[in-house]
Amino acid sequence: MNTAQLIDALYDSIGESCVMDPGVAHVEIHANQVLGLHLVPGLEMDARPQDGSLHVTMTVKKDHRIDQPVRICFGLLDESGQQKIRMRIRLEDHSRVAVLSSCTFPNAVDVLHTMDAEIEIGRQAEYIYLERHVHGPEGGVTVVPKARVTLDEGARFQTDFELIKGRVGKIDIDYDAVCGAHSILDMSARISGSADDRITINEKAALNGEGAHGVLRTNIAVGGTARADIKNTLIAAAPFARGHVDCKEIVRDNAVAKALPIVEVHHPRAHVTHEASIGSVDSRQLETLMSRGLTEDDATDMIIEGLLRPRTG
Amino acid sequence: MHSSILETKDLVLDLGGKRILDHLSLQFWPGHVHAVVGPNGAGKSTLADTIMGLSGYTVYTGDILFEGASLNGLSIDQRAQKGITLAWQEPARYEGLSVERFVSAGAADKSEQKTRWALERVGLDPGPYMQRAVDRTLSGGERKRVELASILAMEPRLVMMDEPDSGIDVDALTKIFDALQFLKKQGTTVILITHSATVLEKADHAFLICCGQLVEKGPVDTIMTYFGEKCIPCDHKNEPDIGGSE
Repeated sequence: MNTAQLIDALYDSIGESCVMDPGVAHVEIHANQVLGLHLVPGLEMDARPQDGSLHVTMTVKKDHRIDQPVRICFGLLDESGQQKIRMRIRLEDHSRVAVLSSCTFPNAVDVLHTMDAEIEIGRQAEYIYLERHVHGPEGGVTVVPKARVTLDEGARFQTDFELIKGRVGKIDIDYDAVCGAHSILDMSARISGSADDRITINEKAALNGEGAHGVLRTNIAVGGTARADIKNTLIAAAPFARGHVDCKEIVRDNAVAKALPIVEVHHPRAHVTHEASIGSVDSRQLETLMSRGLTEDDATDMIIEGLLRPRTG
Repeated sequence: MHSSILETKDLVLDLGGKRILDHLSLQFWPGHVHAVVGPNGAGKSTLADTIMGLSGYTVYTGDILFEGASLNGLSIDQRAQKGITLAWQEPARYEGLSVERFVSAGAADKSEQKTRWALERVGLDPGPYMQRAVDRTLSGGERKRVELASILAMEPRLVMMDEPDSGIDVDALTKIFDALQFLKKQGTTVILITHSATVLEKADHAFLICCGQLVEKGPVDTIMTYFGEKCIPCDHKNEPDIGGSE
């Protein structure tokens, strides 16, 4: 396939068109090769291969607010191979950008995708990062996203990880955020695993600045012999820092789910809460739907569908 | 004489070593609004849960007949497919599940139009509600109305409503009573589980139970008078002296 065909195929695998409004910035990356790059004023991006990885830098210039979400399409259409991305992302003060990142490995049999990101969000800047994955029907992919995030005073960071199609394979998420004064952090992941899938999530946030707010949410459903290990760590170390950890895991068949919420408070005027529920589908929810005529299996599927539904607003 | 749509025959159910339903025999007539009243702990909700076949309420003696056929051994969804459903005192919350999906879940007609109609019927504007989640962001009254909308969309033959006035404001209760009248006009049989006079007066006919036993049955006025005069001041609630020395 030539470059244009590859771009078409990448978007086709996620059910979207590659034809975009000129006002939408976008970049397409297949394996470690940049296929396409279109920028808009205020957004700078550079990508070059180095040491077997693709090094990508993205900067949103000071005071620039990018109106339309930036589209990033990562992917590997081959059955086997590696995609290793190192990203340096900087949002300068008072800037804003939303990124919709699609990661597509629809034919994977033996694919490795790693993402090692360093993200700096400047004063009063806002970064929204939505990551949508498309995997093959048999898994066959190992996804290892890591991110180190720093939020300056008044900064906002929202990230949402979702597998929208295909089997997990192996996912190993490792995010670590340090939050400055009056910053707001919201990290969530929604994943459904089956067969012998493996889901590992290690999220950590340190609310170091006065009035920093942080929420870590994880909604997982596992069936078959899948396994999910979730560790959420939230540390509040400043006055009026507020945090919440929320982990919900539904377990079916012979699957195993483990949740380890760690909350630490290092200041008497800080406050952190956590909520975890792990196990079968809630019987009241199930019986309500069954009392409308749904079978147990259909009712369970509907409850899980809700659990994994993207949040709105 | 009416032939019953639902009948409990000598129903006995024990939970945790305690008798909750004690040889209870009741007949519910098609198209009528019935009330089952009694003090807290009388077994009213247990009766509804047993009729619905909820887990933990399936081992009993006696029988429950729906249109003459035993419900024994039928799962909740099988009972629902016969047209029986239940509105819970405290409706379930569902993270992420939209009102639209929930209301249409059991509907014969799953069209958006039908879902909108059901929401309007309980006084909820479909515009802002269809995509909201049936979760903690809805108030108790809103959840009750959404649940009732799901029941209206289902078009059941028999609805049990457990404490329909519990935890809701006057406006929401008015909408629930409007929906109740609609169900009655449609010929749906309704069983109100209540200890509220406000709810009781919406019924055509009532059963008074205490300690899982039938104490009295008859017109609402009669039961209301009995309940007010004997049950409310009673100093031995759930220890009825049925057939005793009085």
